[in-house]
Order: sequence, then structure tokens, then C-alpha cells
Amino acid sequence: MTDIGNGSVDAEAVNDTTWQLRLYVAGETSRSVAALANLRRICEEHLAGKYAIEVIDLLERPQLARGEQIVAIPTLERRLPEPVRKIIGDLSNTDRVLIGLDLRPAH
Amino acid sequence: MVAPRNPAGVGAAVVVGCDPPVEVAACADVAGGVGPVAMVVSPADPVGDGTVVEYLVVAAGRVVGVAAWVAPPPHAATVASAASRAGRRRVRTGGVAQRYDLRPPDEWDPTARHGAQVSAGCLLGTTSAVTSRPAPEGLQHCPTGIDGLDQITAGGLPRGRTTLVAGGPGCGKTLMAMEFLVRGIEMGEPGVFLAFEETAEELTTNVASLGWDLDELTKAGQLVVDYVKVEREQIDMTGDYDLEALFIRLGLAIDEVGARRVVLDTLEVLFSALDDTARLRAELRRLFTWLKTRGVTAVVTAERGEGALTRHGLEEYVADCVISLDHRVDDQLAVRRIRVVKLRGSAHGTNEYPFLIGARGFSVVPVTSFGLEHPASQEVVSTGVADLDAMLGRGGWYKGSVTMVSGESGTGKTTFAAAFADAACRRNERCLYLAFEESASQLTRNMASVGMRLDRGIAAGTLLIHASRPTQVGLESHLTTIYEQVEAHDPDVVVVDPITDFTSLGANVEVKALLMRIVDYLKNRQITTIFTSLQHDPGGEDPSVSSLIDDWVQLRNLESDSQRDRGLFIQKARGMAHSHQIRGFVLTDNGIKLLDVVSAKGRQGDKETQR
Repeated sequence: MTDIGNGSVDAEAVNDTTWQLRLYVAGETSRSVAALANLRRICEEHLAGKYAIEVIDLLERPQLARGEQIVAIPTLERRLPEPVRKIIGDLSNTDRVLIGLDLRPAH
Repeated sequence: MVAPRNPAGVGAAVVVGCDPPVEVAACADVAGGVGPVAMVVSPADPVGDGTVVEYLVVAAGRVVGVAAWVAPPPHAATVASAASRAGRRRVRTGGVAQRYDLRPPDEWDPTARHGAQVSAGCLLGTTSAVTSRPAPEGLQHCPTGIDGLDQITAGGLPRGRTTLVAGGPGCGKTLMAMEFLVRGIEMGEPGVFLAFEETAEELTTNVASLGWDLDELTKAGQLVVDYVKVEREQIDMTGDYDLEALFIRLGLAIDEVGARRVVLDTLEVLFSALDDTARLRAELRRLFTWLKTRGVTAVVTAERGEGALTRHGLEEYVADCVISLDHRVDDQLAVRRIRVVKLRGSAHGTNEYPFLIGARGFSVVPVTSFGLEHPASQEVVSTGVADLDAMLGRGGWYKGSVTMVSGESGTGKTTFAAAFADAACRRNERCLYLAFEESASQLTRNMASVGMRLDRGIAAGTLLIHASRPTQVGLESHLTTIYEQVEAHDPDVVVVDPITDFTSLGANVEVKALLMRIVDYLKNRQITTIFTSLQHDPGGEDPSVSSLIDDWVQLRNLESDSQRDRGLFIQKARGMAHSHQIRGFVLTDNGIKLLDVVSAKGRQGDKETQR
């Protein structure tokens, strides 16, 4: 069961080496649910134990869309490690997500 | 209401039983079963589309439906086709599918028309007569407040709809969009500017020179400028998405200030930043629909495409209004032009109009739309030369008339023009003097030598001398300059000295068009005008200009044994029983003085002090 909380951080230890990921959604749509599920799966496979996912529902915090320059939904933002990267879409293409997050070099 | 034209001799009638009464303008027979169709011009505008021609669809003498049309009016065949398809929403006219609102009357006004009887008299014969009428003011137009744009759009942009402004780089799209918001705020309509290309700081700096303080407007809670940063380098795409975040941002901004106007500049940036064009297009379509439901009047800018209006075909989504801006170079002179490509529900001007980005923002010069409707005044304005006033029989030129003073070089054209300006100043009227050969100070100095103290008028603020070289800018810019100067100074009289210099700027036909627009414009404002014109050979007349002007004074050099004298005669003065004499004249310390009739025997000017 996937729940989309607002600003909820997964209960992983947060420290310097932790990847801070933010997923921007707008309400609990099937696309955002899929995106979160895809993200969790990818993180478990490649970043187990060193990541934190924060889900932001823009319907509840619309000003963050402006502040964080979000245009499309869903948008995954890698806040740490820097530089900040953004990945738009439901994250269904695992390879592209890994490249986007810099977890795998582009071929 | 426009009186219906009715070539088939069908009497106009009133549809019985309608409240308010529905006027029937003409009727058409319908082949194909539905029965006769009455075309009516209703007293109301139920569809809210502006200039609406409505057709009652009549079967067996009863109204069964209504077709509402926007301009251009279709002819009877189209009406027939409309009737046979009544209830459907798409009608074919002239091979081009156009979207019309064909709706049964109960959709918008069940009590007024449904089942209403049509009087028998109006159901005879066929005719293509169609009348249309301008939209009731303030109903569905959103005045832009931009100088001239409201004139060519017959009142403004469609309210609550989206307008597309397309054009190449540097043609003023962003500026026009910004002015739309700034003027809107002046009219009490807050605005949102969603900028995809420039940051709020850049925009603020760019428009500061026009006197628009975006920071101030933002602080006052009248404006939101939101820079939407979408950079391809920072974005990866994996899978399906939507633009809900953009909607949320826009919605937030609209709610923050209670915006009535929205600008999106330029949406096409999204095409380079986001993959999946099909998805993006669907989202943009959704965006335009959403804007409509929000009830805001929106302006969307787009880059001109290769052989298309916009690069990404945004015009497909914007059905209500499309404006094209152009910036091209003719004969080394840059000219900006604007054209209303499409404006639903309005009889808009379809010409290209020149526009300028001046010190006060956008300025469109829709002078061609003025036409020959200016009022004719009985009032007379002194020419500034008492003897010439006497020659005219009525004591001067008619107010609002256009006079040309022509002659060879050195015949005193400018002096006559200045005398007219000086006289206006003495009467405490306002005068605009457009000088294309002399600077203001040179003109003032020279005219002081013949007793005309233009400096007094300048000091009093009634006389404004605008001196410029005609070749500095193109014809259209001159027109715009004149327009702007007249709007700003609000003169009673205008002097253009000389108009001949315009001929160096373009072909004769263009110059004539320019003059015609100037003349129409000035006449509509009831401004009395003097043009001076340099003639290269004596007696050489320019018939193309002659038709435009009301009065024409010709100045001549009269050469004889040892002396050159100046003479004048009135070539024409519309509506005046003027003198036909040829009179010599001299320039004295106290202005222009006419001599007695020049006779073959001798000159009488010799006694006068000549200059």
C-alpha cells in the first residue's frame, strides 16, 4: 500500500551521505502513485539505507511550485548530493532515472 | 441598427410572439426539407460573441432553432445548409469548415423565441441580405488600453478568452503583453505575467524606461510576475507527465491578486524543455481551456514559425483572437506592423497597421479606419494674412479643412504657414508645427524678421514646433509621430512644412496613402491644417494630392526685367466663393501684405519695403 504523505520523510537515517530526494505531485493520481512506487523501488535497489524521500503535494503547498521552479507533475528533485537535478515523469524508465540521478553514467 | 438590405424585396418583419421582439432582416428558402429560414438580427447578443447575425430556423412557420453567426456574414445558401444541419455545430462555408454556434434556442433563451411565430410576409423569396451590427459596448471586449489597438480590434480583445500574439524575435510581443497588463491595472484589472524567457528583474528593468514600475505594482498587490525557469540541461524526462504544477502556479498567482488578465510569455519554451510533444500539446490545450474557465483574459505570445504563424502551431488552440506582429526592413527603414489575423465575433480591421514602440509604450496607428465621416464646420479660421482672408470671401479657411500652400523655392511658403500658426497663437489656440526643413530656433528667428513672434507661442505653451529630418524614419513612423504629437499636444491647428519631403521616402502611391491617412485623421479631430509643398517647376501640379486637400494656394515667382516679384492665387477653396485674381505680395516687417491685382502694365510692389 502506497501512501502519499505531505512532507513525510521516510524513516531512514539522515546524514551527510544521505541522498535527499523530493517528489512533487498534485494530489493522489495514478501517475504520482506510480512515480512514488517506481522511485522507492529504484532507491531500494541502488541506494538502500542512504536515501530520504520527501513527497510534496503541490495542491497543499502551491507556493513551492513557484519557489522550486516546478512546472510538470510528477517531478523528482535530487536536492542532495548537489548539483540539484530534476527528473520529470512517472519514473517508469528505470535506466533514464538512474542516468538522471547520476547513479549510472550515460552510455 | 443597420437597416437591412433586401434585394429580393422581402419586407423586414418582426417575429411574432417574441419578447423582446426579434427583427427579421431577410429570409431564405431552404432546399432540403426543413422549410423556410428567416434571418434575423436580434436585439440581444445571447451568444456573447460580438457582432452576431442570428438566423431563426423556421419550420412550418414556427421557430425551431436559431443559428448564430459571427462575421463574415454567410449568404443564403449557407443559411440553408445551416438550417438543414440545425443542431449540429459545424457548418461548411465555401469549402472551408468553420465552427459556428448553432444552438437550439432553449439553450440560451427558451422564453423568447422557441415556438415563436414568424409573420408570413417575411417568408417569401430568397435573398442573401444579411445585416450585422457592432457588439454592444463593454459586453465582451476587454479594452487593452493600448493606443490604437482597441480601435483596430473594435473595442479590445475578447474578454475571458485567450489571444495569441505571434511574431518574430524583437518585434515587441513581450512589450505588448506587458502593456496589456499595465494598462489593465490602470483600469482596475490586476494581472499575472508568467515569464518563460526573462526573469522578473530583467522584465522590470526592460520596461522601466516606459515609466512602468513593476516593483511598485507588485508591492501594491496588482501584479504578479512569475519567472518559470525551464532549462533542458537540468531536466531529464522519464515517462508520462502533466503540467499540473504550472496550472497550480498560475492559479496561485491569479488568486494572490485577483487577476483578471494573464500573460504567458512564451509558452513555446516548454517545447524545447520537455519531451513528448503530443503530451505537451494536450496539456497546452487543457491550459487554454482552463484559462477560459478561470474567466481571465489571457495573452499568449509565440514565435513566428517557418511559413506558419507560430513555430509550434499554437494558433490551433486559440480560436478567439490571433494578432500578428511584424518587424521588417523596407529600403533600409525598419517598420513595425501589426495585423489582427482573427478576432472572433468582431468586425475588426484586417489591414496591416504600422505601430511604434514610443516613449509611452505601444502605439498603433489605425488611421485608415477613419474614413470620410468627418463633420463639416461652418466656422472659419483666419489664414493669418488679412488680405488673403479677404480674398477667400469668408474671412479664412473652414475649421477642420486642409490647405496646401505650394510654390517654388523662395516663394514664401513657410512664411504663409508661420503666419497661420502665429495667428492661431494670437487667438490663444494650440498649434502643432511639424518642421521638416528647419530647426525650431531657425524657424523662430527667421519668422521674427517678418514680425511673427513664434517664440511667444512657444513660451506660452500653445505652439509646439516638432522639427525632424524626414529621412530619419520611414513613412509610417512619420504618421505615428504626427499621431502621437497630435494626441499629446491636442492642437487646434497643424502645420506640416513641407509635405514634399515625404516623396523622398517612398513611391508616390505610398506617400499619397500616408497623406490621406494624415488628412483623415486631422479632419476627424476638426483640426485646421496647412501643408506646404515645394513645386519644382512653376505650374507643375500634383493631381494626386489635390484631391485630398480642400484649399490650395499657389505661390509664384513673377519675373520681369530686373526684378523678381512674388505672386499668389487661390487654385481652389472648397465651399467658398473665392477671388480668382493673381495678387502680388511682399514680406514686410509686419508680416505678409498683398498688393493690388498684378496687371500687365506695371508692378506696384516697388513702393513697398521688400525683403
